[in-house]
Amino acid sequence: MTRLERKESLIRIALLVVAFSAVSVLVVITVFIIEEGTPIMVKYGFKKFLFNLDWFPSEESYGLLPMVIGSIMVTFGALVIGVPFGLACAVFLTEFSSKRLRRVIKPMIELLAGIPSVVYGFMGVVILVPFIRETLGGPGLSVLASSIILGIMILPTIISISVDSLEAVPPAYREGSIALGATRWQTTRMVMFPAARSGIIASIILGMGRAIGETMAVIMIAGNAIAIPRSLLDPVRTLTSNIALEMAYASGEHRQALFATGVILFVIIMILNTIANVTSKRRKA
Amino acid sequence: MPSVAIRAQDFSHYFGTKQTLKKINLDVAENKILGIIGPAGSGKSTFLRALNRLNDLVPDSRVEGTLLVEGVDVYSADTSVAELRRRLGMVFAIPVPLPRSIYENVAFGARMAGLKDKSALTEIVIDSLKKTALWEEVSDRLHSSALKLSGGQQQRLCIARTLALKPRFILLDEPTSGLDPISTMKIEETLRQLKKDYTIILVTNNTKQAARVADRTAFFLNGDLIEVDETVRVFSAPSDQRTNDYISGRFG
Repeated sequence: MTRLERKESLIRIALLVVAFSAVSVLVVITVFIIEEGTPIMVKYGFKKFLFNLDWFPSEESYGLLPMVIGSIMVTFGALVIGVPFGLACAVFLTEFSSKRLRRVIKPMIELLAGIPSVVYGFMGVVILVPFIRETLGGPGLSVLASSIILGIMILPTIISISVDSLEAVPPAYREGSIALGATRWQTTRMVMFPAARSGIIASIILGMGRAIGETMAVIMIAGNAIAIPRSLLDPVRTLTSNIALEMAYASGEHRQALFATGVILFVIIMILNTIANVTSKRRKA
Repeated sequence: MPSVAIRAQDFSHYFGTKQTLKKINLDVAENKILGIIGPAGSGKSTFLRALNRLNDLVPDSRVEGTLLVEGVDVYSADTSVAELRRRLGMVFAIPVPLPRSIYENVAFGARMAGLKDKSALTEIVIDSLKKTALWEEVSDRLHSSALKLSGGQQQRLCIARTLALKPRFILLDEPTSGLDPISTMKIEETLRQLKKDYTIILVTNNTKQAARVADRTAFFLNGDLIEVDETVRVFSAPSDQRTNDYISGRFG
């Protein structure tokens, strides 16, 4: 073996170790939260844990249902706001805007993803929450406020992945459709959307994962009351907020129950990411 | 002399600052095949795409002079572009069926134009497939994906979906450049049949194809129309030395 070849194989091994250590972090996290979280679920009963209404850690009552429903409501609300806006923006950028405009707008949208979530929360507290309180009533800290802020936060994910998948549609599809006398909008609806469908669905699912997993912004504007909201103006607590708010002082079974909350979140997000991966891969096949 | 269907008068085209067509003056006769030959970058495809305003899709595209299709100015402000494109059906170099069924591909243009009646659509689909001699080959699988057809079949499908628009003109942009000789032959035969009902402009890289199919042939070079004449004359006694050099294979 020459010196160069030996160096080559050393570098190869070093890079392999680095790559695997990144993956091993995932393994460690998975094993850790499952190990910490499952015993309490087994002891308390999985069904009770997931479907019981009462979360009183001091009385050893661990019912997650309000938080599960809270997470679902807030995430769904985020999608109701984020998906139409995001897709409209993606269609505008790929089909209707000039190249020059796209070169300005797209990086700005991607910059949205780089804003720390605490800043979104801050904007929510300062602007959105008082606005809702004054115009619509209620405490302001609410499902509605969280949905709007999360809807904005998932825009970059939805827009940039949708734009990528619309741009990946062969230009000949667009040209062919236009040459057949279809308008731009007909072409978008009948040709571009179906051809980019899997990527668009993946973008929505990834946005959904982001909304479920978001913590800081939601804590600041959701109100965090442990009760199933009766209207969009009621406060709400999500799974993530539940962990973040109580972890600091939790101990014993309480702490384990928070890890169990983490397990449930983990499973939900894994499922969403897998669906997103599978749908976006199907496009290439 | 048959009547003039398309007339270009001092027609120029620019992409940004680059002039891609230079004061073209050209008449296209009704129910004939005009072949357009010339090397890559000569402006022949640009001319074709100027006719149905497909160049509009490219930013910074600009025209000067006039382009008349059946006496109507293509670039006038009150021309309906979608309607224009249905009148001048276009077939591309690489056949790209839309990712839909054979039936939906052929019905697409009519549907987009607002036709909803199912039996009328089916009639158009069958009629168009018959005209391109594709009907016998696909009649039993109209609702399977168009992407499963062979290259030659896909190109005839693309011609069929163009015919389904009931156009007056068919513009073909190197329609056989990706096809084998037998598929090419079938398409050339189809074109000869279609000439009865349509005015055809055929842009081709294959000079022999122009010689075989076209009634008249135009030679483009660097955005200039060098000459246009009866195909027989262009190929036997071209009036310009550059035409002679090109068709005898000295460049291009």
